[in-house]
Amino acid sequence: MPSLRREDVAHVAKLARLTMSEAELDKFTEQLGQVLEHASDMNALDLDGVIATAHPFGLINVVREDVRRPSLDHDVVIAMAPDAEDGRFAVPRILGEAP
Amino acid sequence: MRTVRQTALDVQSGDASALSVLEESLAAIRARNDDLNVFLYVDEEGARAAASAVDERVARGENVGALAGVPVALKDNLCQTDIPTTCSSKILEGWRPPYNATVVDRLLLAGAVPVGKTNLDEFAMGSSTENSAFGPTKNPLDTTRVPGGSSGGSAAAVAADMTPLALGSDTGGSIRQPAALCGLVGVKPTYGLVSRYGLIAFASSLDQIGPLTTTVGDAAMALEAIAGHDPLDSTSLPEPSPSLVAHVDDGVAGKRVGVVRELIDGADEEVVAAVERAIAVLKDAGATIVELSVPEFRLGLSAYYLIAPAEASSNLARFDGVRYGLRVDAGDVTAMMEATRTAGFGEEVKRRIMLGTYALSAGYYDAYYGQALKVRTLTIEAFRRAYREADLLIGATTPSVAFEFGSKTADPMAMYLSDVFTIPSNLSGEPAISVPFGTGEAGLPIGVQLLGPGRSEAQLFAGARVLEIADGRP
Repeated sequence: MPSLRREDVAHVAKLARLTMSEAELDKFTEQLGQVLEHASDMNALDLDGVIATAHPFGLINVVREDVRRPSLDHDVVIAMAPDAEDGRFAVPRILGEAP
Repeated sequence: MRTVRQTALDVQSGDASALSVLEESLAAIRARNDDLNVFLYVDEEGARAAASAVDERVARGENVGALAGVPVALKDNLCQTDIPTTCSSKILEGWRPPYNATVVDRLLLAGAVPVGKTNLDEFAMGSSTENSAFGPTKNPLDTTRVPGGSSGGSAAAVAADMTPLALGSDTGGSIRQPAALCGLVGVKPTYGLVSRYGLIAFASSLDQIGPLTTTVGDAAMALEAIAGHDPLDSTSLPEPSPSLVAHVDDGVAGKRVGVVRELIDGADEEVVAAVERAIAVLKDAGATIVELSVPEFRLGLSAYYLIAPAEASSNLARFDGVRYGLRVDAGDVTAMMEATRTAGFGEEVKRRIMLGTYALSAGYYDAYYGQALKVRTLTIEAFRRAYREADLLIGATTPSVAFEFGSKTADPMAMYLSDVFTIPSNLSGEPAISVPFGTGEAGLPIGVQLLGPGRSEAQLFAGARVLEIADGRP
């Protein structure tokens, strides 16, 4: 298995939307490396032909009848938001200034 | 404090009021909570209202349910309407859910009285409750030691006689390990037996809710009350709650008990000795002992610490400062999300999100996550082979008795290794129970674990009951 590099950790932090200090990057590179090192015992196995299990008893689609049913009250849900406007979630600017 | 069973009998018969039982519970919480840090929130007002409602129904001669008047502590990753639910994380501090978890509804239906929310390792990630953003919980049996985790607050609530029943969640051992470290019975039910609706997800394919109690019979009563199909959880088994209480005294005569070396070797000597004594007890009770080796279980830890973080990294993506919980303002929306998550999550949660994101990222998916899912298959097949030769399996719950604060916090891998015996059941989705059996260092309790195939809870309770009696708790 590939070994974990500091730049990998920095890249993953970006994917995970986390800001890491230089010290945290060093620490996480070492600690995550140890976990991955421990996981390398799986590499010795011949797993060709083994089917992956994503769910213990096999996940089967469960559907309900396509009829309306009560759900959470809109106002109650919006009231939990850090910021809202006109009954909708409000977030800071998504796109940059127009050129 | 009374057991669950005795409380329900007393309240049903009118020998004790639910309100008086609750006041005893609240007094016990007031006496020790500042020191032990068990409850993050106590809902005195709501609990009194629920207890009074039970008493009124008793007075009217109505059927008040199997858990009538039983005070219950809820791990703080279970949603209860309008009650602060934090997952012991800054990112959810102050949030009040607009709905009840299904288990909360079922407890209320059974007449139980939820008293408050208990501390946990943040988002249930940990084995000592030291990862809580609101400080660690102390083990009531020895306050220099951890209560285990992640359901450490729930275990401490029962061990400190604050409530006779608590609910926890178990993703890799988070009910059974704290039960063992606090001298309690703890059950990880079959995946899908108990609805996960309203349990804030850590690793959805592994998480399962279960009870912590002082007796095997109490655990059976509690599980019977919360189990059964729920249309709100699409992974819920399409079956009613099984009959468990009726089978607690079935014994183990004629049962084949598999002794699995991989679930014993590597534990401290005193723990190994306790398991050996437990095996002798089951044999005396008429079980046939079968020696088994299941090398695949050794690989479980590696697979688990890729699968669980991978699912967690996906589940915890929802905490982005948009719809609920913490928001830290910063520039554009991406900067806001980064600032929120960086400030809101603690170190262990970040570590697992990072690990999971890495295991799922392009170029590493097959090497790590893909391999782990295949090892999960091997674990399941290994269990299946074992259950051809045995009806249930026995091992240790934890490698040691309760450890001291700070002894594993500097080394995540050392902490992860404390889950080595409990993880296989989560990977296979099959049930397991930890029952106190004997004591070790400093008189601290040791937990023995019984494991069985899917839906075999009744048999596990019966086996645990035999051990409970032999350990001097008739």
